[in-house]
Amino acid sequence: MDHLDRLENRSIHILREAYSQFKNLCMLWSIGKDSTVLLCLARKAFYGHVPFPLVHIDTHYKIPEMIEYRDRLAKEWKLDMIYGENREALEKKLTFPDGSATRIECCKNLKTEALKNTLSGEWPRYRLNHATGKYEKDANTEPYTGVIVGIRADEEGSRSKERYFSPRDKNNDWDIGDQPPEFWGQYKTDFAPGTHIRVHPLLDWTELDVWEYIKREGVPVVSLYFNQGDGKRYRSLGCWPCTNPVESDAKDLDGIIAELKSGKFANIAERSGRAQDKEDGGGLEELRKDGYM
Amino acid sequence: MDTCKKDMNIVIVGHVDHGKSTVIGRLLADTNSLPLGKLEQIKEMCRRNSKPFEYAFLLDALKDERAQGITIDIARCFFKTEKRRYIILDAPGHIEFLKNMITGASRAEAALLVIDAHEGIRENSRRHGYILSMLGIKQVSVLVNKLDIAGYSEEIYNSIVKDYTEFLSAAGVTPVSFIPVSAAMGDNIAIRSSNMPWYSGLTVLEQLDAFSEEPPPDDLPFRMPVQDVYKFTSSGDERRIIAGTVESGTFKVGDGIMFYPSGKKTTVASIEEFNRPKRTFVTSGYSTGITMTEQIYVKRGDLAVKTDEKPPVTASRIDVSLFWLGKEPFCDNRRFFLKTGSAKVPMRLEKITYVLNASTLEKTVKQSVEKNEVAQCTLALERPIAFDISSDLAGTGRFVIVDRYEIAGGGIITGTPDGGKVAETVARRNFKWEHGGVSLTERMERFGQKPLVIMITGEKNSDRKTVARALEKSLFKSGKAVYYLGIGNVLYGVDADIKTGHSEDRDERDEHIRRLAETANILTDAGLIVILTASEIDEDDVYLMQTVLGEKIFTVRVGSAYDKEPSFDLTVDENDANAAEKITRNAEII
Repeated sequence: MDHLDRLENRSIHILREAYSQFKNLCMLWSIGKDSTVLLCLARKAFYGHVPFPLVHIDTHYKIPEMIEYRDRLAKEWKLDMIYGENREALEKKLTFPDGSATRIECCKNLKTEALKNTLSGEWPRYRLNHATGKYEKDANTEPYTGVIVGIRADEEGSRSKERYFSPRDKNNDWDIGDQPPEFWGQYKTDFAPGTHIRVHPLLDWTELDVWEYIKREGVPVVSLYFNQGDGKRYRSLGCWPCTNPVESDAKDLDGIIAELKSGKFANIAERSGRAQDKEDGGGLEELRKDGYM
Repeated sequence: MDTCKKDMNIVIVGHVDHGKSTVIGRLLADTNSLPLGKLEQIKEMCRRNSKPFEYAFLLDALKDERAQGITIDIARCFFKTEKRRYIILDAPGHIEFLKNMITGASRAEAALLVIDAHEGIRENSRRHGYILSMLGIKQVSVLVNKLDIAGYSEEIYNSIVKDYTEFLSAAGVTPVSFIPVSAAMGDNIAIRSSNMPWYSGLTVLEQLDAFSEEPPPDDLPFRMPVQDVYKFTSSGDERRIIAGTVESGTFKVGDGIMFYPSGKKTTVASIEEFNRPKRTFVTSGYSTGITMTEQIYVKRGDLAVKTDEKPPVTASRIDVSLFWLGKEPFCDNRRFFLKTGSAKVPMRLEKITYVLNASTLEKTVKQSVEKNEVAQCTLALERPIAFDISSDLAGTGRFVIVDRYEIAGGGIITGTPDGGKVAETVARRNFKWEHGGVSLTERMERFGQKPLVIMITGEKNSDRKTVARALEKSLFKSGKAVYYLGIGNVLYGVDADIKTGHSEDRDERDEHIRRLAETANILTDAGLIVILTASEIDEDDVYLMQTVLGEKIFTVRVGSAYDKEPSFDLTVDENDANAAEKITRNAEII
């Protein structure tokens, strides 16, 4: 068993545990490399099937290629694809690009609020109809009680404190001071009505692990991660107004892996291209306490 | 290649403020393992807030923590040497956060235990040492820290080494080394100190590389808790896949597999894979899935083992060593859940043998186990489960206890009060069971019922038989296939060889109960609802019968309202005209 095998098998165990313990389970798919690896792990865990819906929070500021990629894979892999959004904030233009919100407020509106209300079922969910290829308003408004998320402990400080199974209260809040114990592969799978559990199968993975796994397994990723000839690539994908590409020559997976191992990014944080982190004291903690992924 | 390098999880424990985070901060800084700019960023933050810089701040990345100055939770740091990759888990030293310390320590292969030379051995220096031994962590290195404040004194260092070695040996731990350090000054962390020429042992960094890797438990008996059974028929997939993670041992296609506690047997037909070539052989640690040659009923919570290897123990009463983390104490007035492997069963605390003060190792007898205490107890489970004694097989010999929604305790199984003899007989009986041509499912469809055992008991001269007969008649009338079986019906026939007339002989009585339950087992296998009557049936008898039947039985006590027994499912008055109807409703027969 090598390093990637160990990570893969622990993640599969956690995914299976979540599937067996939560009736209303979903997986968040941000279209980024981490949650796409998670999606591939789910297909392994369940032998080619993904027996729960994939939820994408559409801020409408994602790079267009990401949405095309999402729908292409959803159709190809027959995924139960759902998206949610903050329609009101978008209509009222309460966003950073519209100039009426700070970056943090914009994240709160378009991501945190949209996520909270999509998970609880209070705002409409749009589900892909595989027969027509179109998204339709979903009749199911039951809250999700288990939410699988592809965060990693090495991303930033507050994420390094996470559990594999991490409870959120009725307001989506995370009580970092009082987290459940987690040992011997036994997780918190019992929860009070109105609360839910975030499940984090990728917690032990590093950015390098993710890329090496993508290479080993042939995981399809958006081409934005590679230098298309302009000397730039995205290291982390988010909304276009707040995510900047980094200078890089990496044109393929080997290039990215070399860059992370010993090259220019060996000692630079992955999210350094994300502007909202810096406004939050560098910790993302305020956003995460309120339910940010 | 990086991916070939071995990983090792190291936990760092010790009393609050003894400098755990500083040790890690120093390790990261002195080995250039920090992300570029991190050190400068934290130094800048300290300057802005007019706070002296501390290496611990590198870890205490959360704002909450910086304010309180203690580690609330385990932080993970990734860190590399020439030899291997480390994940360093910084466990909190504050007593309030023992559950977080356990969360960190349970993932570790080795531990660094930090003691402040200036403050000396404190409560959690001892408690953590004891818990490490319970968690089964065999490699512990003790760092005697802050020796700069203690004038780099060899004498102070030696006295701590002497006292703590004594405590650890009483707790069953032999440390691999003691290292004198000053994390704040960087002495003996990554760099050998010139301040302590009297020490010639390893630095902390050298000690990390000197820890040995635990071999995967492939040579032990095969154990795989069944996590789930998949059949994605709606997606056109007809395979029935038994999924689980191999806890220990190995298996291959064609191996005979037995599922406990039921004792059902089959053979591995295939090992399933997605997006990779099929395997014929699986070792420990893999999350795998198999198909079987015979389609027997298997469910989450069963334990898969190989037919030609040492069988697990099956029992419904277990002796355990446990630590309690719950806000409310652990006591015998409530129902809890026990989780081991993938099994989850309702349980009660039967007896506390003693509560151990993990700091002084003193034993006291108490009625409840309070938060952060360690105790030896007997637990009574609602139905038998399969497991191993922790000293035989650690992976399947441990459990957690769930109180309402929370994991409130954990521990290791040290034995069974009745030696698990009955459970062994039951497993053998199931293994040898001859199946007829008609399945139980077919019988259930024919009779329109689920087989069930109802035990009606009461004091010696209570009118339990009248209640039982009325229930039998009423169920029979409503079309149920039901049978009345009094203990007298077996005592002079099935039990004729052991019946002595000394009913106070507990062993003889247990054997009567066992045979009564075995007889009932044949009747339920025939699809019947069986009504048993016997006088003075207590909790132990009920556990015994449940062990034999492998299912929960419905218990009714006949008596007056004032002697209500909480451990019975239902208490009815002997003159209650509606007794039969009440039992029918409560036992959910219709």
